[in-house]
Amino acid sequence: MTDATMDRPAAKASDDGELTTADGTPLAVSLRRSHAQARRRAFYLVLPLLAFLVITFLVPIATMMTRSVQNYEVADYLPTTTAAIADWDGTGLPDEAVYAAMAEDMVVGSENRTIGRVAARINREIPGVRSQMMGTARDIDEMSPPWKEALIAEDEGWANEEFWRLVKRETRTLTPIYYLLSFDFEYNSHGEIVERPEEYQVYRLMFLRTAWMSLLITTLCIVLGYPVAYMLANLPLRYSNLLMILVLLPFWTSLLVRTSAWIVLLQQQGVVNDMLVWAGVIADDGRFRMIYNQIGTIVAMTHILLPFMILPLYSVMKTIPKSYMRAARSMGASPLRSFVSVYMPLTVPGLAAGVLLVFILAIGYYITPALVGGDTGIFISNLIARAMQGSTAELKLALALSTILLVAVLIFYWLFNKLVGVDRLKFG
Amino acid sequence: MAIPNYAGPGERTWIWSYRVICALIFLFLIFPILVIIPLSFNAEPYFTFTPEMMNLNPEGYSLRWYDALFGSSEWMTSIRNSFIISISSTLIATTLGTLAALGLSRRDMPARNFITALLISPMIVPLIITAAALFSFYARLNLANTFFSIIMAHVVLGTPFVVITVTAALSSFDEQLIRASRSMGAGKFTTFFQVILPLLLPGVIAGGLFAFITSLDEVVVVLFLAGPEQTPITVRMFSGLREEISPTILALASVLVAMSICLLATMELIRRRGERLRGLTPG
Repeated sequence: MTDATMDRPAAKASDDGELTTADGTPLAVSLRRSHAQARRRAFYLVLPLLAFLVITFLVPIATMMTRSVQNYEVADYLPTTTAAIADWDGTGLPDEAVYAAMAEDMVVGSENRTIGRVAARINREIPGVRSQMMGTARDIDEMSPPWKEALIAEDEGWANEEFWRLVKRETRTLTPIYYLLSFDFEYNSHGEIVERPEEYQVYRLMFLRTAWMSLLITTLCIVLGYPVAYMLANLPLRYSNLLMILVLLPFWTSLLVRTSAWIVLLQQQGVVNDMLVWAGVIADDGRFRMIYNQIGTIVAMTHILLPFMILPLYSVMKTIPKSYMRAARSMGASPLRSFVSVYMPLTVPGLAAGVLLVFILAIGYYITPALVGGDTGIFISNLIARAMQGSTAELKLALALSTILLVAVLIFYWLFNKLVGVDRLKFG
Repeated sequence: MAIPNYAGPGERTWIWSYRVICALIFLFLIFPILVIIPLSFNAEPYFTFTPEMMNLNPEGYSLRWYDALFGSSEWMTSIRNSFIISISSTLIATTLGTLAALGLSRRDMPARNFITALLISPMIVPLIITAAALFSFYARLNLANTFFSIIMAHVVLGTPFVVITVTAALSSFDEQLIRASRSMGAGKFTTFFQVILPLLLPGVIAGGLFAFITSLDEVVVVLFLAGPEQTPITVRMFSGLREEISPTILALASVLVAMSICLLATMELIRRRGERLRGLTPG
């Protein structure tokens, strides 16, 4: 195949009995060399795409994810305080050295205009700190040591132990806080990890909802996809090719088109409600609410993801010889029994591929829930998108949520690769 | 699905109800897509069938939403933008993806499974994460809101499809043909262009079409990356669906459905040609 094997003359035995090529290199070395060359050649073909993806996809994602644990405000903008407070044991008020360091940092900070960023960072956890720090920083030039008395005289917030404990905690440049928030936990004033008050708990609920709705959608896809795939695989080709169009057309149609079609069908003045009213099933004032809620998301996403279930199932079912079922029947198995114990086990690879594909795609969905999900039918992605447009803190929370979602997706992707193999993925 | 002649009455009933169930599922798949086409000819600004339409009264139908679509410079600019983005990204994605697939299908490819998993990953990572990461990446390079960044992002999203389809086409490729061609004195390039490429072409074109439709249909990344200058149809459609819903969207949707039908037909032709070239004929 490669030039190495084609151009080199056949091996011959050298005097000491070892096999060598014509130029005297031992055959094993030459073979290894030629293998290495073939491997390099294969790799060079993949390299352009691999390099492209690493630079413009993998690295940006990894970089973004690391920002979810970064917490540099206090350490960067209060460097002297960070050093001084390390010796404080966290009980009572810190001593003069810490206050002096804080005063020094505030002088620098108000010159560089960085003090506001620290103030904003701490203000997120102790409201009122912003005005305390900004106010003191404005007057710092007129104050004199001893700093402890001077600062406390300026604003009694400086005598708050909780404030100092927070500063000490936030000197760490890595923080798990956004991950705690993602699971509805937070630090209390003593630095212990506690559950957030119930009225602030959103994210655990959202993760659970995303998971169960995705599971439901996957189940619906199995229920609807399995019989159809079976029919397509067992019909003569000329019929199944025609029916396949009914599966492939939705697959090829724009996601937005399909979502808008469901808006048209399901809204209260939409086609389905109109037909039901016309048929006398419901009264004109009793129209169903089928969209801008969970029903809308589930119906539209099942429709959109169904081809991803049918196609892998179909490609596996097509390879199952029909004689197997006939054999089972001839040996006395009932139709149901021969289907359940002979046919179904053989379809498991296709089923696994379909289930994992649909589930992986579903848990990261954004567009369809955003358009037809209302408030109750949205997924974690929609919350992430919303948080990304917010303040720095919200952005970091969004990044933590994204990381968790990504890890979940990657686990299922790994499973998919393990059970099915990415190289067996096929469309159409 | 012929009914076997040994089937009893119970089994016959079951097979018939099974056919009805499948028909309903096919209806569920296709009805939503077809229903928007007649609705796009609605004379009224509603998203439902008016009594005039139900009675097939010609006055219930009009082309006004198509006028609104093709007569609007905003929509036309967006359509142009979409095509600029999709065509450029498809060309790049197809080239990179085909090369990679050629490498991946070689016997000697090191770490094949891992690298394939990496190359397919853009298809798997939730789009919102990709979008946010690419936005902050290109914003730092001062390239956000440019065609360049959008095209590069769409290359990323399109390549998995090319890799998958071309690898699939290569899996049924008979390597003896290369040896045969070389043994008859063809050089490497002649072999590639005269033997490998024609057999591979169906897979390459199919992959390219997938990349094209993926780019044309992509919303989330462009929502982050596109400025007003680059707004493609999907972004305009997305905000249209969120804010004031006008049947103009249905007109556009119908045009897109017509385009999907054309693409599907092309795919089918290519598939048949590929089967013929390999000596397989649909039975």
